[in-house]
Amino acid sequence: MPATMVAALNQALGDAAAEDEKVLVFGEDVGPLGGVFRVTDGLQDRFGPERVFDTPLAESGIVGIAVGLAVQGWRPVPEIQFDGFTFPALDQIISHLAKFRNRTRGRVPMPVTIRIPSWGGIGAAELHSESIESYLVHTAGLKVVTPSTPSDAYSLLRDSIRSNDPVLFLEPKNRYWATEDVELPVTREPIGTAVTRRQGSDVTVVAYGPTVQTTLQAADEAADDGIELEVIDLRTLSPLDIDTVVDSVRHTGRCVVVHQAGRTLGMGAEIAALVQEQAFFHLEAPVLRATGFDTPYPPARLEEFWLPGPDRVLDCVERVMEP
Amino acid sequence: MTATASEMSLIPDLEPIQLLDTDGSFHPRPDLPVDLDDDQLRQLHRHLVMTRHLDGEFIALQRQGQLAVYPSSLGQEAAQVGTACALAPRDWIAISYREHGCAYVRGIDAADLGHVWRGTWQGWHDPLAHRVLPHSVPIATSALHAVGVAMGERMDGSDAVAASYFGDGGTSAGDAHEALNFAAVFRAPVIFVIQNNQWAISVPLARQTAAPSIAHKAIGYGMPGIRVDGNDVLACYAVMADAVRRARRGDGPTLLEAVTYRLEAHTTADDASRYRTEAEVNAWRERDPLVRYEAFLRQSGRWDDGYDEETTRLASEAAAALRDSVFGAASLDPLELFEHVWSEPPPTWDRQRAELARELEGEPDLERAQAGSH
Repeated sequence: MPATMVAALNQALGDAAAEDEKVLVFGEDVGPLGGVFRVTDGLQDRFGPERVFDTPLAESGIVGIAVGLAVQGWRPVPEIQFDGFTFPALDQIISHLAKFRNRTRGRVPMPVTIRIPSWGGIGAAELHSESIESYLVHTAGLKVVTPSTPSDAYSLLRDSIRSNDPVLFLEPKNRYWATEDVELPVTREPIGTAVTRRQGSDVTVVAYGPTVQTTLQAADEAADDGIELEVIDLRTLSPLDIDTVVDSVRHTGRCVVVHQAGRTLGMGAEIAALVQEQAFFHLEAPVLRATGFDTPYPPARLEEFWLPGPDRVLDCVERVMEP
Repeated sequence: MTATASEMSLIPDLEPIQLLDTDGSFHPRPDLPVDLDDDQLRQLHRHLVMTRHLDGEFIALQRQGQLAVYPSSLGQEAAQVGTACALAPRDWIAISYREHGCAYVRGIDAADLGHVWRGTWQGWHDPLAHRVLPHSVPIATSALHAVGVAMGERMDGSDAVAASYFGDGGTSAGDAHEALNFAAVFRAPVIFVIQNNQWAISVPLARQTAAPSIAHKAIGYGMPGIRVDGNDVLACYAVMADAVRRARRGDGPTLLEAVTYRLEAHTTADDASRYRTEAEVNAWRERDPLVRYEAFLRQSGRWDDGYDEETTRLASEAAAALRDSVFGAASLDPLELFEHVWSEPPPTWDRQRAELARELEGEPDLERAQAGSH
């Protein structure tokens, strides 16, 4: 049965809340409205205004009370309405959520999953299209998870909510309405596991979240020219399943990383470093990055020029294939 | 039904509530009962003495190079002990970093604090056993944690409340605003105990707020704001007990401004002579909360030499125990750095942990050898 990512996320939240009465859903507009993307649609009616509630418009407050609720034994699943609104909450995320378990020598876990509609490509206003993953991945103590398909969205969100560690769950807005023929509930590979979306022998192309589909399109086009791309979907950015990437590079000898985030110190930088550390003698070419630029995210009418599309991916593929 | 403090207007009285005047005379208020028996009244005193005595020991340990740094609570004992003693063991406390008096009231061992200031680990006491959250260094951020635990208790159907401690400087921080607002909107059972000790390191109160008082800020959140003499332990107790009763019965949060003074520098790393006068400090020494409360116990016939000697002995023993625990204490195994971050360390850390293990064994070149042998 075809399901959108929004529907899969909605069902994951509902199933998690039904299974565990300690699960709480809260944030801005998640109650009667059902979230600006309708991911929490119907949940307040189903679980009541105590377990699914709107908060004041204050992201540090949302994450701060999540920390307190977790200390007291609840399993909060707050929503930050858009990627760029995570910035006011970074003190709570970095200084407390990420460090609480460590600060207390393991005595107080933080079973908190923060859902964040993320990245660009939907023609949104300023600060509604940010790539925030590098800030989060660089922070010790946070798991950073991003699905690219409805079935992964369901399965990874269920895993995240079950996790006793804090998870930043980044939902690619540009994939919210994509459908997949899948029967829910479904269980996919766990957090911390990358998967190969397409097998190929010429170039390993690493993507995640919003750029997996872009990369698969590029792979179709490359195949027309007789070049076979192996497309890896990271699914979890922290902890990173680098083994799957390195194993692939060992047989292709070439690697391109694709992300929306600006190039400097993006995930591509880390992956390039790890690939050259662990597969240096297998590399036939430098690791290249097809990414957004090191400029602020552009206004809606310019975003198609900023975002990495199939052409930017194929340009990198061409360059790593040069003899 | 008589009018209680819970029905008072939202406009706070600028004159701090006082039950003991500076010479220790007790002026009871029917709306703020002090429901403590003689033993409990003496226990308040014992907590004050213990807090002060241990504070001196901490400063000595720091001077002897045993602690990295230490923030003194000297002068603020009544504000901390009086309010914390009005809480039940099931109630939560979210401290900042100077609330040693609150920790002792909750039975936290001084050595547990000692390991934090020594730098053994960032937190040492068991927050769930004592219901005291770990030290929170970023200013006023733990106020939101207090709101969260309080909301959680309410949803559990419990009548437990949470107390959030921060300072005058903390009222400038955004999280203080968000915490006060969330608590009021959700009618969360939280008491915000703001110790106005007049100084945020070197910056005076006038640079933190233009409000008539910190208590006045409560008006904007729709909760009672009350100024209390923070050097009067009985007033602190009574006002807190009233706020706790209000919170327990579902009447929401309260902001308490305990007007007090930080007699020591901000921390052992600070030099207070650069920003305030000795005359100002001396004026506050005259309002010493311990002297005032001892005078009250003497005047009211609750003091005798046996009690005094036992209190002094217990405080000395606690200081000696702190010293024994902290002086020369061993550091943790450095590999513990990888233990507590997540429930299970991720496989990506295997290399980093092995790297540290090799450094500890004095074989830093091993990885290079391995890296070359694909």
